[in-house]
Amino acid sequence: MPLSDFQTVIGLEVHAQLLTQSKIFCGCSTAFGAEPNHHTCPVCLGMPGVLPVLNQRVVEYAVRTGLALGCTVKPTSVWSRKNYFYPDLPKGYQITQYDQPICEWGELVIDTPSGEKTVRVRRIHLEEDAGKSVHDASASGGQSLVDLNRAGVPLMEIVSEPDLRDADEAVEYLKVLRDVLVYLGVNDGNLEEGSFRCDANVSVMPKGSTTYGQRCELKNLNSFRFLKQAIEYEAARQVDVLESGGKVDQETRLWDVNKGITRSMRSKEDAHDYRYFPEPDLQPLIVSDALRDAQAKSLPELPRAKRTRFMGQYGLPAYDARILTAERPLADFFEACAAHVSDAKKLSNWFLGELSRLLKEEGTPLSALRFTPAQLGELLATVEKGTVSANAAKDVLGEMFRTGRAPADIIAEKGLAQVSDVGAVEAVVDDILAKNAGEVEKYKAGKKSVYGFFVGQVMKAMKGKGNPGLVNELLKKKLGD
Amino acid sequence: MSSTLTDLSMLELAAKLATREVSSVEATRASLQRITQVDPKVRAFLRVDEAGALKAAEASDARRQSGSPASALDGVPVGLKDIFLTQGVETTCGSRILEGFVPPYDATVVRLLKEAGLPLLGKLNMDEFAMGSSNESSAYFPTHNPWDLTRTPGGSSGGSAAAVAAREVFGALGTDTGGSIRQPAAFTNTVGLKPTYGRVSRYGVIAFASSLDQPGPMARTVADTAALLQLIARHDPLDSTSADVATPDCLTGLEDGVRGLKLGVPREYFTAGMDPEVEGTLRASLDEFERMGATLVDVSLPHTKYALATYYLLASSEASSNLARYDGIRYGQRAKDARGLKELYTQTRGQGFGAEVKRRIMLGTYALSAGYYDAYYLRAQKVRTLIREDFTRAFQQVDALVSPTSPVPAFKLGDKVDDPLSMYLMDVYTLPCNLAGLPGLSVPCGFTQAGLPVGLQILGRPFDEARLLRIARAFEREHDFFRRAVPV
Ligand SMILES: [Zn+2]
Repeated sequence: MPLSDFQTVIGLEVHAQLLTQSKIFCGCSTAFGAEPNHHTCPVCLGMPGVLPVLNQRVVEYAVRTGLALGCTVKPTSVWSRKNYFYPDLPKGYQITQYDQPICEWGELVIDTPSGEKTVRVRRIHLEEDAGKSVHDASASGGQSLVDLNRAGVPLMEIVSEPDLRDADEAVEYLKVLRDVLVYLGVNDGNLEEGSFRCDANVSVMPKGSTTYGQRCELKNLNSFRFLKQAIEYEAARQVDVLESGGKVDQETRLWDVNKGITRSMRSKEDAHDYRYFPEPDLQPLIVSDALRDAQAKSLPELPRAKRTRFMGQYGLPAYDARILTAERPLADFFEACAAHVSDAKKLSNWFLGELSRLLKEEGTPLSALRFTPAQLGELLATVEKGTVSANAAKDVLGEMFRTGRAPADIIAEKGLAQVSDVGAVEAVVDDILAKNAGEVEKYKAGKKSVYGFFVGQVMKAMKGKGNPGLVNELLKKKLGD
Repeated sequence: MSSTLTDLSMLELAAKLATREVSSVEATRASLQRITQVDPKVRAFLRVDEAGALKAAEASDARRQSGSPASALDGVPVGLKDIFLTQGVETTCGSRILEGFVPPYDATVVRLLKEAGLPLLGKLNMDEFAMGSSNESSAYFPTHNPWDLTRTPGGSSGGSAAAVAAREVFGALGTDTGGSIRQPAAFTNTVGLKPTYGRVSRYGVIAFASSLDQPGPMARTVADTAALLQLIARHDPLDSTSADVATPDCLTGLEDGVRGLKLGVPREYFTAGMDPEVEGTLRASLDEFERMGATLVDVSLPHTKYALATYYLLASSEASSNLARYDGIRYGQRAKDARGLKELYTQTRGQGFGAEVKRRIMLGTYALSAGYYDAYYLRAQKVRTLIREDFTRAFQQVDALVSPTSPVPAFKLGDKVDDPLSMYLMDVYTLPCNLAGLPGLSVPCGFTQAGLPVGLQILGRPFDEARLLRIARAFEREHDFFRRAVPV
């Protein structure tokens, strides 16, 4: 059977670092990029005698996420220890949630080429991150150093059911989930710094089969591109194995970025026996009705709902609405501007075009924008009225972007206002027609393509400031159309 | 003067400190002198912190001078089991693997004692990681029972008990996971209290079995025990299992006696293996309670026979995980010639842990392993619930339970070293209380013909320490066991 006769089956396990100021079981900072072992204390160093104390904010964030994904938030969940030895794991165990996680059974709707698809979320659980081992081969004899700044950073693991059917769906799921978490304010969505990362469980089965094949786990995929490449490679590899009469082994594999392949990290035979058992140093985790209700009340409108509303309320096409709602600050800013304009589609064009170009080029976050929504509204109204040309308005926006000055001031100072005075435009039109009598003859003889030449000449003479509507109107009149 | 000074109880010394008849420096020097004198024989101390203790004593005297003592026991020198982390003072938990480890922070209870002004004389010997019932599992040396130097003082808080009994310290802190405060108290003619689980903070106490461990006071009299408890029984936000309850007032009402109280006698605690002299002493003590106006009630704790197995499964499971952090990477001892990570782990732990610790790590690792979890750990948890329910039912009938603390008096050093199972049997009467999280106390109740102390155990409802102390005090008032001169 060729590849096309097989169906890929994918489930994702997403690890999201929660946006708390302090770690999950101690008061140390979670700030990124500090000197090694700077953000540590006896608790996160796993010194003898230390005990964990739960950061309540972590619970709030998990409940918030669970509610946003339509999960059942469990009134009581349980902490467990996952035991294994590794130098970056200070206590010799990780505190995590095992058989009784804080949230269960939700869903996430994604768009696929064949329409909407609902992906089931099996569970959300909380755990602490481990530290980082740094292997320094250059030191004499080679050294391994341990940085425990990340040890105890709060993580939320969101596990999907194996409902995804190809790499594109997996990427879409990951993007939509990331947008939701960022919207909720619980995660920064930063794949590069590892605060949002993903493992993929991939298997293949003959099309039409209802029995899943043996799966492999692909670890630590830290970009959308790697996720797609790794799944596609892995699915093809598994089909090859089956085609050649082999058997897919259950194992953990790594994506080798340089070679573009997945390779085995450990097999089932040397898989860990983590010896999970309930963490005796922590009481069961109780989520009170009050906490749950408070989170439910403060849930923001989520990207998908906002997108639908933008299409209805502002008459925007789906494409525009999706881009505008992908990030909450952008959507909020759009709405603030929309209050000041009459044509939301035109506003959207500015957002998708000039504004996004400026943001990208200047590397400015939305939060640092210097101009106000009212000022952008004013600029659009000026274009509408014909006071400035669309081209000139781009310059004005650029200046607003850099300085925050009012559009009227910029237009006045740069002399960008369009000439809409009939007498002034008529004089130029007359002059151009007089200077180009030959072309006028041709036009009148039926060579209509010359028209553009006249417009260009008039605009050139007026240094681009002629009101295009008026120029057209007068030209046509003089040419006898 | 100094020899009689060290014979005082904590509260007697506190009274003399209050009237400035004695200074804390004098008392501390007396203790240090007594340590120099007897510890070469008793070997209760792993480390004496002479400078630290004297400095604290001077500070205490200065407070007395200015009329603002920090607590009722300000200036009374005490000792600490080496399981408590002491900032700047080496803490080994009786293990080679922590040799040279100087903690960067104080355990909560150590901080509380310091704040209350008690000079800390040093760190007391113990079974390695609190695993053992005779102090012979200490990686350093066994401690000897001051009543008979050929015998054990019990374990794992044997160093604390021996030091209190030998008049080297006025009081001490121990920890009790399966009887480790009460059994050595019974072996050394001292009072030991294992508080309700959650009553005293475990923060900074090196963990053996997290769901069972509980620090507690050890002293020569019931009143001293009560006074010490009041200094350390605090809700601690750093310990999530610490109970948010008020500090008990155990001194008021301490002399109220037992008239009208119903004392349960669990029939499962008077079994075949009991030493006849211990049983005789116990029966006499029960008669005495009746004479003092208490009613004895025969009660049954039917699941007692499963307690020992349950305890060893749960405690070992938790220990196997708690001890994983001693891997040679960040502190303590590291194997010198290991090549590669796996060798570093196996050699460090192989060299650093003693036989008893290894035995329990292996037992716990096995019990938690995939495929065995349901059969061992999970089943043990279920039995633990049944044992707890036994007690709940009993306490519907009675105010407290009385039993022997240990089935035998202090045994000879070396007698049970090669027989771990018979060693485990030393804890049969004490460990059900840990499984149920209840308070338990051992009070001296007599001596054998050979002059070995015998202890009486009193168990109570959760957070009912005040009543246990009151019952113990009623018994103590009738005797002069505390005044009996220790032969060492
Ligand atoms: Zn920390």
